Amino acid sequence: MDYKALGLVAGIEIHQQLDTKEKLFCHCPTMLREIPEHDGEFFRFLRATVSEMGEIDRAAKEEMKNNRKFQYYTYDTTCLVENDEEPPAPLNDEALSVCLTIGKMFGMTPVPQLHIMRKLVIDGSNTSGFQRTALVAFNGSLPNGGEIETICLEEEAAQRVKDEVFSLDRLGIPLIEITTSPCMHSPEEVQAVAEHIGMVLRSTGKVKRGIGTIRQDVNISIAQGARVEIKGVQELDLIAEVVRREVQRQQNLLRIRDELLARGASVEGAAGLDITALFRDTKSAVLKKAKKIHAVTLKGFAGLVGREIQPERRLGSEMSDYAKKCGVGGIFHTDELPAYGVTAEEVAIVRSHMNAAENDCVILVAGANEKQAACAIHQVITRANIARSDKAVPEETRKMLESGSTAYMRPLPGADRMYPETDVLPVIIDDKRWAAVTVPELLTVKAERFTREYGIEKNYALQLAGSDKLPLFDRAVREGIKPKLSAFTLLSTVTELRREGVDVRAMTDEAYLAIWHAVEDGKAAKEAIPDLIRSLAEGTSVDAALAKLGPSVSRSELETIVKKIIAERSDFVAEKGKAALGPLMGIVMAEVRGSVDGKVVSEILRKEIEAATPAKTP
Amino acid sequence: MAVVKLDSGYNIGVNPTACSLVTHPPQAPVKKAEVAQNKSLPNLAIVSTGGTIASRIDYRTGSVTSQFDASDILTAIPELAEIANYRTIPLATILSENMTPAIWQDLARAVYDEIKGGAQGIIVTHGTDTMAYSAAALSFMIDTPVPIVFVGSQRSADRPSSDNAMNAACAAAAATSDLGEVAVVMHATTNDDHCAIHRGTRVRKMHTSRRDAFRSLGMDPVGTVAYPSREVTLAKGAVRRGTRKLALHDRIEPHCALVQFYPGMNPDILKAYEGYAGLIIAGTGLGHTSTALIPQLKHLTESGTIVVMTSQCMNGRVCDRVYDTGRDLLAAGVLEGGDMLPEAALVKMMWVLANEKDRKKAAALMQADLKGECTRRSAHGL
Repeated sequence: MDYKALGLVAGIEIHQQLDTKEKLFCHCPTMLREIPEHDGEFFRFLRATVSEMGEIDRAAKEEMKNNRKFQYYTYDTTCLVENDEEPPAPLNDEALSVCLTIGKMFGMTPVPQLHIMRKLVIDGSNTSGFQRTALVAFNGSLPNGGEIETICLEEEAAQRVKDEVFSLDRLGIPLIEITTSPCMHSPEEVQAVAEHIGMVLRSTGKVKRGIGTIRQDVNISIAQGARVEIKGVQELDLIAEVVRREVQRQQNLLRIRDELLARGASVEGAAGLDITALFRDTKSAVLKKAKKIHAVTLKGFAGLVGREIQPERRLGSEMSDYAKKCGVGGIFHTDELPAYGVTAEEVAIVRSHMNAAENDCVILVAGANEKQAACAIHQVITRANIARSDKAVPEETRKMLESGSTAYMRPLPGADRMYPETDVLPVIIDDKRWAAVTVPELLTVKAERFTREYGIEKNYALQLAGSDKLPLFDRAVREGIKPKLSAFTLLSTVTELRREGVDVRAMTDEAYLAIWHAVEDGKAAKEAIPDLIRSLAEGTSVDAALAKLGPSVSRSELETIVKKIIAERSDFVAEKGKAALGPLMGIVMAEVRGSVDGKVVSEILRKEIEAATPAKTP
Repeated sequence: MAVVKLDSGYNIGVNPTACSLVTHPPQAPVKKAEVAQNKSLPNLAIVSTGGTIASRIDYRTGSVTSQFDASDILTAIPELAEIANYRTIPLATILSENMTPAIWQDLARAVYDEIKGGAQGIIVTHGTDTMAYSAAALSFMIDTPVPIVFVGSQRSADRPSSDNAMNAACAAAAATSDLGEVAVVMHATTNDDHCAIHRGTRVRKMHTSRRDAFRSLGMDPVGTVAYPSREVTLAKGAVRRGTRKLALHDRIEPHCALVQFYPGMNPDILKAYEGYAGLIIAGTGLGHTSTALIPQLKHLTESGTIVVMTSQCMNGRVCDRVYDTGRDLLAAGVLEGGDMLPEAALVKMMWVLANEKDRKKAAALMQADLKGECTRRSAHGL
């Protein structure tokens, strides 16, 4: 697809958790917990409040359509600040330092004085109803020529357990938000920029690792389309696919609009009709349960509501997302009926009651009360009118679904969601502080150095530079361990053992170092490392594990052992010749129980095999 | 630093010399939505002493906490419109730590006037720091047939999680209920599940920041208001609407003090209270000071200052008959303050000494139960 011709413009926002000792506005550890570990819970209602400019944010207004009660889980690692029962502590200076480092790495300018803001978020994920955030630096540059507009320091939101239940362990973990300009023009470019930023972040060694610790939001639009912000892309590999699918969605919405206009499509009235009575004896479980059923006729929409706009997503899905804001489970539309227990006869009755012609589509919503049903059908009408308007692609915040398709969340928030955090003092970032910020070596640069200086293969070097075991590797090098030895252990041996089911997390840095020193001092053979790690992982002490190895064997003793083994298998050696080396290697190593370097064993074996096999006569 | 608001909504601080004036936009008019009130609902008066209930920053109008009429409050907390019909009296806009006995008097007079004028209940919005003192003051200064309910918020009204809306709704429900005394209505737990109705003379702020900071000491709350149902449940001991006949006794003797004893306290400190009408001591344990203080206390009582002992334990009753020091304090003319809270005892002393000039009778009043501040029986543990 020619994305340039389509006018694709994309930018990204990267949210990365920082690996600080304490949270951003309290002194709790930045530690995630298991849900069953929670030791308390409480619940609250949230209300939209006006910004300091006197307006209620449109995204907040949307969330308020449905008055919700939120429940929160607390832990022995959370405090009254997370509970919104205590004013925030001063901004965590360690987190600010990490942000300044990252800002400097992108060549940015820091703000002279940082002001903490409250960003209104009333979906329940923040007990306070806002997320504290501060603009730290601006004007950074990217390798593709694009720009990083801003970096902000924010507090992480609470993790949703299910529905309206949240877990407070994650709330308040420092988060850096990096926003690029809309400077990307193809799905692959978006992915490449995201990868680059991720690499820079990891280069600091001060960011959290693992699923959920980094999230990408992608801003996408195409010509005639609209800016759409897709939240929460957790896997880097999916970014390009998300962009491709959004382009596809916007194109299809534009095509549907053209067809609606060609058909002269319209929406009847501003409110729906109450058709509850038509379903008094229905077999459809959902409709039978509903206290109120409202319907609207969309003139000229037949076939288009059910048309796919993205894999597994239809125009009907968009209407359904809008309706759900009122608390209903979704919508029914005649493009997909009869189904869900609704019979063909019932469809005919509805169509006739709603004066729907063949070219029309009827939408039904089932509500728990009049207010809910009226709200939901109103939302459907709003979305249907958008579909046939000049702005057929609405500006929206959307959430990513598992496959890479997206669903509507809320309108794009505006500046009205910002309010100053009056409980935290501003922080000055003066020239002295900025000058003192040191920039760490980029992981890519580090990897090149490993290859150049230590002869570590390029792929291994990149893996090592990005590994959380990097500090251990550096320490081993400083202690005189051969870089290749420690790198091979950490990247290859440990991975194999983990796959085998060995609990390698039990291995301390000291344990690794003890093993490597034993190898370097000739007390253990390289080949014994996997066995040593296995024993240590099971709780054996380093000394005991080493003692389990055979007693050290001198070269002459080894030669005797080798000669004896060859003599015992003289027929085999005679028959196989040099090819006997491999099989005999295992037997000798078992005999010396890992106390001799395999290289030495192989050297002596080769020599003794040669000696034992008569040279072929020419 | 000059604060600059960016288009994104973020604020940053920059050096003022880096800024130049582009235009000076005219001050925007205050946006005003008139909210219709339902005249068939009970009439309540809201007397405001600080702008907590509907306060916010507004850069365009430049106002901070001045919005205070019924429309402002009903716009901020629409739920209130379902409960009553309101009249609003902006009495003061102060932080509650700046409250004075003179403002208690203004408050008592304003509340009295509203009740006399037909209000079926009163809501007093108040900063939480000294709310308990003011509630105690009105308890003594007004005999009220209707509920006088103090309410505030622990989390500012400008945040979505503020407790102001629920507290205000519960206060309005309590003010329209069968209650007939001065009370504080605030969150009972950290949940948004119900508010407690505390007796004005037995309530204390027991936490600096939690929503459920207010607790009744030495007794259960006199009632609860469930939320969001707003159902009011009154305890057996709660004074009922109409029990007392409306009267105002607004005299106050401000020359009274409260001092907390601590180990090693210099007796000379007490010299500062010479000439005071009354002094409340928050003593240790059963109601003690060090022996070293006793001569100075004796000197104070002999020169006409009434000295009453309370306990910094907050829970339990003073008894100066157990240990020698206690007996010496009694001998020095110090009165036992029963199980009165030190702050309630101070307010009561200001009221008693202004209204009863006879020293003996005043002393007796200090030890009598006037408005639920003293309990006859210690029914409660901790």
